Amino acid sequence: MISFEIPSSIEQTVSMIESVATEMMRPQARYYDDHEHEIPWDYINFMHAALQSAGAEVNLAPTSSQDEHQEAGGEATIGFPSTGYLGMAHYVEMLSWGDAGLYLCTPQGGLGAAAVSAAGTPEQVAKFLERFKGDRAVFSAMAITEPHAGSDTAAIKTTAVRDGSDWVLNGEKIFVTGGHKALVDTPGFVIVWATIDPEAGRNGIRSFVVEAGTPGCTVTKLEKKLGIRCSDTAAIVLQDCRVPLENMLGTVEQGKKTSEGYKGVLRTFEATRPLVGASALGIARAALEFLKAKLAEGGIEIRYGLPLSRMTNLEAEVVELEAMLRSAWLLTLRAVWMVDNKIAINAESSMSKIKAGDAVVKITQKAVELLGPMGYSREHLLEKWFRDAKINDLYEGTGQINRLIVARRILGYSRHELS
Amino acid sequence: MFGFEPTAEQKMLVEAVRRYAENDLRAAAHEADESGELPRELIEKGWELGVLQASVPEAYGGFGERSAVTGALAAEELAWGDLSGALAIMAPGAYALSVLLSGSEDQKSKLIPAVIEGDWQPYTTAFMEPDYDFYAGEMRTTAVASNGDYLITGQKARVAFGDRARTLLTFARVEGQIEAFAVPTDTVGLRVGERETLLGIQALPTFPVTYNNVRVPASARLKGMDPFKILSSFDAAIGALSVGLSRAAYEYALDYAKDREAFGSPIAQKQAIAFMLAEMATEIDGARLMVWEAAWEIDQGKDASRTAFLARTNAAETAMMVTDRAVQILGGHGYIREHPVERWMRNARGLSTFAGLAMV
Repeated sequence: MISFEIPSSIEQTVSMIESVATEMMRPQARYYDDHEHEIPWDYINFMHAALQSAGAEVNLAPTSSQDEHQEAGGEATIGFPSTGYLGMAHYVEMLSWGDAGLYLCTPQGGLGAAAVSAAGTPEQVAKFLERFKGDRAVFSAMAITEPHAGSDTAAIKTTAVRDGSDWVLNGEKIFVTGGHKALVDTPGFVIVWATIDPEAGRNGIRSFVVEAGTPGCTVTKLEKKLGIRCSDTAAIVLQDCRVPLENMLGTVEQGKKTSEGYKGVLRTFEATRPLVGASALGIARAALEFLKAKLAEGGIEIRYGLPLSRMTNLEAEVVELEAMLRSAWLLTLRAVWMVDNKIAINAESSMSKIKAGDAVVKITQKAVELLGPMGYSREHLLEKWFRDAKINDLYEGTGQINRLIVARRILGYSRHELS
Repeated sequence: MFGFEPTAEQKMLVEAVRRYAENDLRAAAHEADESGELPRELIEKGWELGVLQASVPEAYGGFGERSAVTGALAAEELAWGDLSGALAIMAPGAYALSVLLSGSEDQKSKLIPAVIEGDWQPYTTAFMEPDYDFYAGEMRTTAVASNGDYLITGQKARVAFGDRARTLLTFARVEGQIEAFAVPTDTVGLRVGERETLLGIQALPTFPVTYNNVRVPASARLKGMDPFKILSSFDAAIGALSVGLSRAAYEYALDYAKDREAFGSPIAQKQAIAFMLAEMATEIDGARLMVWEAAWEIDQGKDASRTAFLARTNAAETAMMVTDRAVQILGGHGYIREHPVERWMRNARGLSTFAGLAMV
């Protein structure tokens, strides 16, 4: 059935999150933007406690679900929280409306935990995800990008060499979102992508759990960024870093060079991309609402329903931005709905990411432009949203990579036919 | 709960409409556009799909209940086949559904069965006006009360089948409010002009109509006019048609790009082309979801005016973008009338001015 009814359980949670966003996130947003790399412990601890007490009712990260896992014959699947990815998209949107930087500091796993629940064995899920249920907030992170290899993950140079009962990791990782929190500030872990066979290209890539405190794993740098400054972006060096064999996600079988066991993890992105889109659209909505509020204060109410010839330019611009936001949001909801209903994703996940990335960048840029000197001032958060927005067109697949994915899917082309 | 999948019943209907759109509408579209005529049998066959009949309750001669969502699904398929044909088939729906939404019990029983029982007939609406800044909220055609009657004065444009319609549902302003009147075309003072010649939808005969103190009894006025409902439904229909047209152009360009070789490989293997197609697909899906949302709100009895307006403007803009790119992807061949993309590009430009021609 075609329906646009928001389930009331999601609606209620969203309204709770809205008060956190309004009363806690908005007032602190400027401070943490000005004090880059300072950790927002009050927000983190508050959210950790809130999420622990909400239990399974509210999930902000994919959780493990062994039934799902086994049902799919060990193939990569993601756990389903009670309100599903649909709920998560709504919560992430609302938190990002509060502040995208703070949202990225929300505990409860994150991408690293998502990878474990997607690709890990039941034993790995039990071993590595238990830590998120304790009294203290713990973080996890994903380390894929290297200085010379971003979207082209097949070009990864970090190596994993088997030595007895260990894997020995060597290489350098950059752009690890939350890497410092996962390795230094809390007893978390980082999922490191490395190759077990440099000759094999992407087929040689596996992922490894590197826990906080592992000798040979060092955070060497925290990036200074255009926006989302509250979220740490770490560089990590792995120097003869030893992890046990069972820290390679998946079965031991998949550790053999002939295996193509890694494909499934790439599919994690199909579920998480729309969530990045949801975060983008929280920022976009904040900016659009601010724009309309300021216009209203100036006596300008947007008149809907007029032909272009009767609208002011301002109205035409706002109407266009509003349509863009709605289109992007519905694409996002459709993608998570498909994940929740186990409908095979073709291009829908990347479509939602393309549109959300475009929308947030355009909306924040236009809002700053249309509000002139006021929009450009650091007195308001709008200029911050303009800076925060751009990351959404870059991380979890740039707009171009997602276009490439959509193009391949709609054309039925392999990566050899369209690169 | 959110849902993005049509019901089994809707899927069956869509499938039937799709077959007709492909085998009949699409097959006839080129010749119809060149000759300016839609074969009567073609319209008749589309009418017999029963999309409108299924949206009208039994009490008024139909066999179902109105669902804007179902209407939007069908409209998309029809427009995928051919926009002129789609508008021809849907024209009586704009008339009948307006009455269904705004007529008194008496008016519904009297006016609707005449439209939907039996063959397709040229029942149609006179809504649009010729001015560049036409706006429904301030239309220039007026109706003034006079001795228990109304006197209608003004100019209408884009009146489909105006030459053969016996009754035109005419929209006019009465003291600032939009009202609709069932006006027999043989009423004194009503004059149907020469057939319009337009940039697109050339197979659909449309006419200008002039009203000069056209006197109609008060009983001709629909009793319960809710302009928001009517306008939202027009918008949702145009939105759905825009999506269908867009999808036609996108699919055609995609097939062409996979087939056409340049510099030793299909042009679809070049990012310049592939990325255009990826964006077209994304925009079309987003536009469709917005149309569905608007239609769903209409079915829920919500005030869908803003949602439907945004859905329509976004879908129409998408159609222009997509059809333009389709011509671009075909290159010089896209400019040749042997390929349909130039026609779709011409049709797309008019979408936002086709309000009143179709309803869901």
